[in-house]
Amino acid sequence: MPYAAVFAAFVVFPVGYGLWMARDPALYGELVAEPRYARTAINTLLYVGFGVNVMMFSALLLSGFFLRRQWWVRVLLAIFLLCWALPAVPAFISFHWMLIGEQGLVDSLLRELFGLQGPIWFNNSWLALGSNTIAYIWKWLPFWTLVFIAGRLAIPQEICEAAAIDGAVGVRLFLHVVFPLLANIYVVCTLLATLWTVGDYTTVLLVSMGAPARTSDVLATLGMHYAFDAAQPELGVAAVMSAVPVLVPLALILMRRLHLGEVQL
Amino acid sequence: MSLAAPRSGLPAAVWRRSSRRPRQRRRLLADVVVWALGLVLLVWSLLPTYNMLLIALDEEGDTEYAGIIWPAEPTLDAFRVVLTGDYWYLQHFWLKFANSLFIALATMLITLAIGSLTAFALGRMGLARGWLLGNFPVLTYAVPASFLVIPFYRIMRIYGLSDSLWAVIAADVTFTTPYAILILHQYAKLIPRELDEAAQTDGATPWQIYRHLYLPLMAPALAAVGMFALLLAWNEYIYQYILLTSERKMTVAVAIAQFFDADEAPWNYMMATAIVYALPPVVIFFALRRWMLAGLTLGGVRR
Repeated sequence: MPYAAVFAAFVVFPVGYGLWMARDPALYGELVAEPRYARTAINTLLYVGFGVNVMMFSALLLSGFFLRRQWWVRVLLAIFLLCWALPAVPAFISFHWMLIGEQGLVDSLLRELFGLQGPIWFNNSWLALGSNTIAYIWKWLPFWTLVFIAGRLAIPQEICEAAAIDGAVGVRLFLHVVFPLLANIYVVCTLLATLWTVGDYTTVLLVSMGAPARTSDVLATLGMHYAFDAAQPELGVAAVMSAVPVLVPLALILMRRLHLGEVQL
Repeated sequence: MSLAAPRSGLPAAVWRRSSRRPRQRRRLLADVVVWALGLVLLVWSLLPTYNMLLIALDEEGDTEYAGIIWPAEPTLDAFRVVLTGDYWYLQHFWLKFANSLFIALATMLITLAIGSLTAFALGRMGLARGWLLGNFPVLTYAVPASFLVIPFYRIMRIYGLSDSLWAVIAADVTFTTPYAILILHQYAKLIPRELDEAAQTDGATPWQIYRHLYLPLMAPALAAVGMFALLLAWNEYIYQYILLTSERKMTVAVAIAQFFDADEAPWNYMMATAIVYALPPVVIFFALRRWMLAGLTLGGVRR
């Protein structure tokens, strides 16, 4: 039972230790009293809410696009997968430099091509939050698109043919045939993506770096900030653990969905 | 496309003639939309990569990056500096590279060993409470990896593993094994149980079944899982950043992000390092794409 041992040493113990570190109810009072915490919780909600839903829906639509048979679509798919193959650190550092302000590539392009004066992205907390969300979507969109492509390929061709004979083509085929068949995968993947996005740390750390003045933080980065910059590890753990009551039901739903055995990604 | 003209009442020939032009126009429109979407996707996918190249090829990395969209005098000098470790942030570049590689390879091997043994025990040995163990991995998703960094940091000190590559490996293995078990368990269901029974009749022990029957048949899934673990460990950043503190234990990912600590850092060196660091996973990914995609379609996903 090597896994049981690893599980005990590196999952049960850290989680238990984390809960133990964050056991004091007073910590949560302190946390709620902290003005940055409320802001960060809202940021996390927006980041996860917009990020995950826009990403999953785009992935669903793009999976249809990438099933086209032209040769250039295949080439494009390979290029598109590059975003996923690229490690997160270089990718997000590149995003940071693209958006650094007037000198960044995005604003330079806006100026050269359209004569527009681009904003200074990380001076406004909403723009910074948006930049983080876009960077996150950029990184993980290909992955989910691939999952949906696999899902679509698993739909028997006969079903689509039968539907076509009955007059369901194009948008109607998608709405009444493809989407219901993919619905379960879509729900499972959205749940998974939500769990992962809540825990995402690297994007915010490297793209906006919490700028301006730590108003684009999410819970994961705020917790680390408390623990390692402000030397308050207990408060840091409390900050991230405050999200766990929301995540556990999601994981339980996910477990049930997977357990039903209906999902063949 | 969905707005097909109503057919009823009109003779087929009339219907066809009257609708040909709108249909052609629609088709043209659809083509234009598809091409436009393709172009947008191309720019979207390549822009950050292009930005990396742009900065890396710029010769004056120590001055402010000056809002250009094409390097005036592209030079590969930054790459030379990186590969020879000719700058103080890049000292021991190859040692850091080796650290990254060691973490990735060890994570891959340990994940494969634990994952395949657990999946074998779950699927083949008929444990009484096997389903319970099978559900644990999904439960680990409830607490994201980054939430556990602080407890991990403390615990590694208790285990006496602070500033050790093995601490990072242990953390990485923790987060790759749930995925490995899910996928391997699913894949193992495709191997007929009769094979086990036949081997058992011939007197094979569970270990022999595992070694000579299970592992060879699982090769494609093992390859996919191994690649995922390798890439995850190579690309992972936060645990390396927190758990490794000394210069000689540092990995490439940490070294890159370290450039941000300086005010006047040469950004072209940073981007060149980032490109060198990104090359192995990209090459592995495209070389083994077929296997990776196979792993993806095998049930449960974990990046």
